[in-house]
Amino acid sequence: MQSIFGDRKTIFILLGPALLLYTLLKVAPVAWSFGLSFFEGNTLRGFEWVGVDNFATFLNDDAALQAVWVSVVFAVAATVGQVTLGYLLALLYVFVLRKGSSLVRTIVFFPTILPTVAVALLFKSFVAVGDNQGPVNDIINFFGGESVEVLASTYGTMLTAIVMTLWSSMGFYAVLLYAGLLDIPEDVVESARIDGASGLRLVRHIILPLSLPILLSSIIFSFNSTLKVFDSLLALNNGGPGTSTSPLTLFMYRTAFEYAEYGYGSTIALVLTLLCLVFTLAVFRSTRRKVED
Amino acid sequence: MRKTRSRRFIPATALALAAITSLAACSGGGGGGGEQGGGSGSGSGAASGTDPDKFTVMTANENPTLESLLTQLSEDQCAAENEALPIEHQKVAQADVVQKITLLASQDAMPAHTIAGTALIRPDGDLGAAGLVQDLQAALEDSGGWENVLPAAASTEENVYGGFVSMPYQYNIEGFWYNKQIFEEQGIEVPTTWEDLLAAADTLQQAGVQPMTTAGAQGFPLTRLMGMYIFRNVGPDAMEAIRDGDAKLTDEEYVAGAQALADLAATGYFGEGFTTRDGDTSTNLFLTGTAAMTYDGSWILGAVNDPERNQIGGENVGFFPFPEVEGGEGSIEQYPANAGAPMIISAKTYGPKVADWVSCIAENYGGLALNEAGVISGFTVNEEVTDISPNTAEIQELISGIDEETVLWFEALFDPKSNSLASTNATLLTTGQMTAEDYMAALQESIDANK
Repeated sequence: MQSIFGDRKTIFILLGPALLLYTLLKVAPVAWSFGLSFFEGNTLRGFEWVGVDNFATFLNDDAALQAVWVSVVFAVAATVGQVTLGYLLALLYVFVLRKGSSLVRTIVFFPTILPTVAVALLFKSFVAVGDNQGPVNDIINFFGGESVEVLASTYGTMLTAIVMTLWSSMGFYAVLLYAGLLDIPEDVVESARIDGASGLRLVRHIILPLSLPILLSSIIFSFNSTLKVFDSLLALNNGGPGTSTSPLTLFMYRTAFEYAEYGYGSTIALVLTLLCLVFTLAVFRSTRRKVED
Repeated sequence: MRKTRSRRFIPATALALAAITSLAACSGGGGGGGEQGGGSGSGSGAASGTDPDKFTVMTANENPTLESLLTQLSEDQCAAENEALPIEHQKVAQADVVQKITLLASQDAMPAHTIAGTALIRPDGDLGAAGLVQDLQAALEDSGGWENVLPAAASTEENVYGGFVSMPYQYNIEGFWYNKQIFEEQGIEVPTTWEDLLAAADTLQQAGVQPMTTAGAQGFPLTRLMGMYIFRNVGPDAMEAIRDGDAKLTDEEYVAGAQALADLAATGYFGEGFTTRDGDTSTNLFLTGTAAMTYDGSWILGAVNDPERNQIGGENVGFFPFPEVEGGEGSIEQYPANAGAPMIISAKTYGPKVADWVSCIAENYGGLALNEAGVISGFTVNEEVTDISPNTAEIQELISGIDEETVLWFEALFDPKSNSLASTNATLLTTGQMTAEDYMAALQESIDANK
């Protein structure tokens, strides 16, 4: 076996096709986009070399910085929410519902398979005001309050978007973490119980450390998907009111495809990639330190 | 040692390959653009381009009427032109127009007749500067068909596109549409000044009637009101002065327009939930008698003429122009007008057969559109008009009689970014989350940054 993997030819034959495909489909477009971020223009007007001007523009562009802020706030809030809820649900499945958890698991998982745009339209109608008022304002009216135009405010829109994301994705994280919890050896849990650990102490000292790898993967997975949020905020309120809930992805889309500024659009894409990388590394490092402690 | 080298070799090769690909990509794009830049001119009226194999027409998904009317022309009045150069339809979503047309033009694959973005077709726009936009005034003058274009439509196009470069398949004027019955019941006269309008709205609100409806979710219906206030207050050249740098949006008289809109929204005249109200819902509120007025373009006639949607009856729908602002420089006679989404002819494929198509459309479209679909276009009506609704006839007559200059809309001369910002920030302005001064300052900053 060692002699096979020591042979350069074999390595090329085994890795070559996959590596070529990966390079063409993944590395080349990323590198292409990276190259474009040093140019200004589009395919019709032509491209002009501008060096690092696009990066300087980004740092002085209020709209871009606001978009970074929106992306980060959404990613942090959604990640904390969906991983926490997912973990709590997973604990519920394993330790409370046990074998009878399959129905609940299916029901909670169901929203994950719904298209995001449909979910956004659903939540939009939940918080609607006016002639087609939604149930949220009906409830407020029932308790004597006045209808609230939730989507007219930044906080209202962001809160709706986060609740919507939690509703539609917590089932997925619950199943992911549930799979991780099932991997914890039963005898370890049993011996902890015999030693007198139960409830929160059992979770804090046995379950949590043993499920840390899958928890870490969930956090990284969640950060990376929520940092790239696009469809839900677009469909919910078009990044509004104003541009106050417009994330980096929407800002990038508008710059590249509505304003035909491919160079600056690529710069925004690069910043987003770096942001994902920084978050992933930060989570990795902090958790590694914890594990070492 | 050998193992380390081979381990490093693979990623290094991949990275080198990627870098080469990226550089090749950049240089390819640049070359393409440069080539286009030296493309054919668009000033000549003679059919100097090369005819394509088919008369490909790309229209918006959202406008099926245009496709259907052009197909009808190809089967009837323009059958000979269709025989020589068969028509072929392509569709695009309105939101993807800029992206798609930029890509097609850069690949030298632009359809002979296509929808395009307003900023793209101006002389300094990407398509205009590349010489890809045919000058249709020169073309129609050359073929003797210029008399088929309404002067008002030509003037509007000149103002917004910097030339007559789009086939005016629609010609819309804008103003307030009102419910005659409600006005009569409340004893309200048609307002001619802004103060009258506010007084009328107040009377309606006191009587428990929603005074106005607007499709705030789209943003532009809100900025239309602000823009018209500015045109009436500052004069018809108000927005040209902003474009040319002779005035700033932060000047007092422009901020007054934003303040007027903010005040109007603050009174609650638009009703609950107007910021998330879409176009159809807003039109329905008016046509079911819930709201007494709506500011809209003459494209609303499609809904007014639809008995299923119009529950108040065509006889109860009236139209009045945006009122004057007391002491302002503008006149109530200056109607805001537009020619719909731009539909250009590619200069590269403007050959003799395409020229025949253009002449035939110009001669016959006006009458066909009015008779078949009740659509008012910027072409003259050269056939007898039968069976159109009194509402459409009234607006058609009004358009034919416009002899004062028309005005554009608030964002018409803005760059695409500022255009978008004006609409999106309108919600913040009308919900009190942004002051009139801040709204105009942000917009002016964007205009300055994108000059």
